[in-house]
Amino acid sequence: MTSVFLLAFLVVIAVAIVRMRDLLAVSMLLGIYGLLSASFFVTMDAVDVAFTEASVGAGISTLLMLAAITLTGRSEHPTRHKPVLALFVVLITGCLLIYGTLDMPYFGSADAPIHLHVAPHYINNSMQEIGIPNIVTSVLASYRGFDTFGEVVVIFTAGMGVLALLSVVRRAENITKIDSINDSMHAEYLILRIVVKALIPFILLYALYVQFHGDFGPGGGFQAGVIFAAAIILYAMLFGMSTARRVINQSVIQFFAAIGVLLYGSVGVVALINGKSFLDYSALSADPVAGQHLGILLVELGVGLTVASVMVIIFFNFEGRRDVLQSQENNHKGDN
Amino acid sequence: MLTAAIIAILVVMIMAITRAIMGPTLYDRILAVNMFGTKTVLLISVLGFAMGRPEFLDIAIVYALINFISVIAVLRHSDKSIFKTTQADKKSMQRHS
Amino acid sequence: MMDIIMNISSAVFLLIGSFLCVSGGVGILRFPDLFTRMHAAGVTDTLASAMILTGLMLQNPDGLVILKLIIILLMTLFISPTASHALARAAMINGLKPMLDKPADHEGGMSSKT
Repeated sequence: MTSVFLLAFLVVIAVAIVRMRDLLAVSMLLGIYGLLSASFFVTMDAVDVAFTEASVGAGISTLLMLAAITLTGRSEHPTRHKPVLALFVVLITGCLLIYGTLDMPYFGSADAPIHLHVAPHYINNSMQEIGIPNIVTSVLASYRGFDTFGEVVVIFTAGMGVLALLSVVRRAENITKIDSINDSMHAEYLILRIVVKALIPFILLYALYVQFHGDFGPGGGFQAGVIFAAAIILYAMLFGMSTARRVINQSVIQFFAAIGVLLYGSVGVVALINGKSFLDYSALSADPVAGQHLGILLVELGVGLTVASVMVIIFFNFEGRRDVLQSQENNHKGDN
Repeated sequence: MLTAAIIAILVVMIMAITRAIMGPTLYDRILAVNMFGTKTVLLISVLGFAMGRPEFLDIAIVYALINFISVIAVLRHSDKSIFKTTQADKKSMQRHS
Repeated sequence: MMDIIMNISSAVFLLIGSFLCVSGGVGILRFPDLFTRMHAAGVTDTLASAMILTGLMLQNPDGLVILKLIIILLMTLFISPTASHALARAAMINGLKPMLDKPADHEGGMSSKT
């Protein structure tokens, strides 16, 4: 029943997002959209998905969108083309999709193909083969380890893309200028600074809990990485970019992003060398279950490292680009 | 009693969404989002109890953190020119008052 | 006996929390300007979360669950007022002034009362 309400809210928010022109308001509404869809996943009993949506959809993506809006400007340009054709295409596609759902089995029906194929095997044998209580983690990291490897590589590629497009060569004479506009929220927001200072260690600790508790409850590398990055981004926002750069070296972070992917891949290669197939962790130890444990731990660690560092890289590059633009503006004002 | 709490929270969610869509200023929207976030935390914890799955509380903790971070993210840029009260904001404020 | 007391007190806490939630929601819809809305939302948000979370704590004697609920409670108690403060401050700095009674209206009100 609750899920019906939540879905109705989702539709309302989606329409409002489309109608709105003010991009900051849109990003606020997208935050609500993320919160709503995560609570919807909770009512569907998909705890791990809700966890990911909570940290990624409602948290980091809002942060990154705001960072992008400060680069581009606040209001949406009015569209020049006529929307009739687009509406026509969307309507036809929608009708086709609805027609397609007629052939699908009912929601939650026991004889749906998805419940007959590999799912029973995972549910019945996960405990003997992998030996961890959270089946989602065992499917994600072990049975479907290759898919997850692909996801990590996608995230790594996204980080590389942002680096290639936005990274700024920090020349010596620029650094001092850019650092002089180190706009921290320092002076104005004393209370905020104190509370956040007290909060950051707990956020980092909680990220570690999520990382290493993923075998037993909801959580894992993706969520933990995002929460860890959120703590660092919070620090950078409150205390200014140049303070944050002093704490977190940019090249070290890039190094870590690569190390995460390499760790994941090399676990697979070690399995290959030991005579099993790629990413078959039972080859890592004499006891297959212990090998699975070790493999999942290492793989999740790699995922966490890559996700956290890529998020930090993206945020730092957005902010760095903005600082450069601002220093150029200041220079122009100085010339005039 | 849990059902009553769920219904109350859902009603408040409707109100917060209305405020978030109506505006009129950006700060009203931030306020609504913040309130919506706290209500989501409550909804998830109550749902966890109603469904007998206390591990939902882990998600509620993440929400409490994330909500705060996004509010700060908006406020961080609030001294920049793009955040100054725009003409549109002023117009809609006059309309409402 | 103990069970009944726990259940009843938990129900009372949940009810008070739900009422506070709804009153905050009405406030955020009906109040005239940002600062009054913020007052409605900020005050009820904190107290209502405290009430509902306490009500949940009374329902479950499990130690780890109570610990997690206390963490959430502490987090809201810290974060919610801080966010309200920062929001109000940013709104003030960026030129959003609280709605005040106009002097003329004020005098009119006074004279009609006396």
